Amino acid sequence: MHMADALIVPAVAGTMYAASALAAGVSVRKVKMENDSKKIPVMGVMGAFVFATQMINFTIPGTGSSGHLCGGMMLSAILGPYAGFLTMIGVLLVQCLFFADGGLLALGCNVWNMAFYGCFVGALLIWKPMMKQKVTKGKIIAASMIGCILTLQMGAFSVCLETLASGVSELPFVVFLATMQPIHLAIGAVEGLITSAVLVFIHEARPELLWGVGEKESEGRFSLKKTIGILAVVAAGIGGILSLFASAFPDGLEWSMEKVAGTAELEATGGIYDLVASIQEKTAFLPDYALKSSDSAAGTSISGIVGAAIVVLLCVGLAYLFKFFQKGKTKEA
Amino acid sequence: MSKFNQAIYEIQNLDTISKEDKWVNHIHPLIKLFLTVYYIGLVVSFQKYDLEGLCGMCIYPIFVFIIGELSWKEAIYRLRIVLPLVCIVGILNPFFDTNSIAEIGGIAISGGVVSMVTLMIKGIFCILAGYLLIATTSIEEICYGLRKIHIPKIMVTQILLIYRYIFLLLWETKRITQAYALRAPGQKGIHIKAWGPLVGQLLLRSMDRAQEVYESMCIRGFQGEFFIRKRNEKVKGEFIYFIAFLIILLICRIYPIFEVIGGFFL
Repeated sequence: MHMADALIVPAVAGTMYAASALAAGVSVRKVKMENDSKKIPVMGVMGAFVFATQMINFTIPGTGSSGHLCGGMMLSAILGPYAGFLTMIGVLLVQCLFFADGGLLALGCNVWNMAFYGCFVGALLIWKPMMKQKVTKGKIIAASMIGCILTLQMGAFSVCLETLASGVSELPFVVFLATMQPIHLAIGAVEGLITSAVLVFIHEARPELLWGVGEKESEGRFSLKKTIGILAVVAAGIGGILSLFASAFPDGLEWSMEKVAGTAELEATGGIYDLVASIQEKTAFLPDYALKSSDSAAGTSISGIVGAAIVVLLCVGLAYLFKFFQKGKTKEA
Repeated sequence: MSKFNQAIYEIQNLDTISKEDKWVNHIHPLIKLFLTVYYIGLVVSFQKYDLEGLCGMCIYPIFVFIIGELSWKEAIYRLRIVLPLVCIVGILNPFFDTNSIAEIGGIAISGGVVSMVTLMIKGIFCILAGYLLIATTSIEEICYGLRKIHIPKIMVTQILLIYRYIFLLLWETKRITQAYALRAPGQKGIHIKAWGPLVGQLLLRSMDRAQEVYESMCIRGFQGEFFIRKRNEKVKGEFIYFIAFLIILLICRIYPIFEVIGGFFL
């Protein structure tokens, strides 16, 4: 499921980097808050463990073929979602650098597709609630199977969306989806079986190693992070979904220009204008807020999400820049 | 060569060549990291029919391969993992995009064929750029560069630790699977009954090893922070190399350089 650099455009890569960086930032903070220096070496060794076990062939009964382990769900079940996520980033980076599996530009996509879903959705929404009360073999198997299948399906769906947003393939989205999802259903089932076999063994041998077993969910108040999370989802929703219904009529400025000049877009010609226009045409990845060579609703929707991400990044960047200069001024004073 | 031996060889080989005493190996890791990401970003930003412009981007890998005295064979071997995926995605383009956009020797070339070739070349260039980075920069230097751009210590530390322990765990996993294969001759892979105990034992051993590692690190004064050696080396001309490639690659991105140069002679 590793995305290659060639399959994405810079806008999609940047957006996915931003999303993965946000998740990584939260994870770093959570791991730091645990203040357990022992965890760092454990994360390193576990990362190497996942890397090594990915090379083992597991025979799939009755098929004659073999399957492999991805490890996101297993890591989270042992290290917890935050440490597991950071470990998976390390594994994916080493894979990308040393084995050309994935790419540097596509790393953000790969972290999101393979680590985010496995670690956060798998661990927080499936593993933890199921392990809250009495842990049984059946529960571990069910949580592993559901977690692996669901998170791999989500990852495969994201791959399709990222490829669609990049516009590199002529393959219709539905056909691509119909190819990716069933393959990853089988892969997820195999991964689930391997993960459950290992976790059942660990539960029998050293149950204290499993994360979230017997933990009661704390009654958290409506925190700032939750609020930011909800706002981010709402922003993506507004950008992505509501942009489908965006008005095709001219905005206030365009309306005024049309009244004054008789046209909504003023055109200028000449050396410098042509040069700048040609550079802009080549670098604009979302001309008129739609994907290049795409008039589809999906294009408009993705443009909205990308636009929202860019605006947020710009705001954060400007705020840091402002903070930096303010700091300098205070020092001078 | 078995899968484990192959993986160990590939990592060790890259580690060795990245530490060789060559000019390009001594350039600041951040310059190489930034140039690689910049190059890949420019390569993937080409439009699907802009094959001519894309070809101009070959100058960067060619130049670095030559000055770094790197093996093309090793680099091409790395294409085996990602290129099939890129080909699968691109191979159907000729069937869906049948509009003729060019003609060579009376044969009409459809847009799908051009976009397929463009996608494949993009894939090749991106993989080569990644190889050039890791073949000329050690993982310690990359981590140093990552720290310089304020990637959290915790992440950089565990990347280094993963790298350190990969060899060890690959050897251990190889020993376990070899022992299993000797007891189950002719069997392809690990039987379902052994999945749990085999991987579980390896996991438990890894956890115990992590505990030992932690204790050894504590004895040596580890307090949750892993220090990376500061880099004092300054290479002559590295800044010119950086600026020159920033400009050259941007020019290649904006203008179809091959066409422009060819125009002078025709």
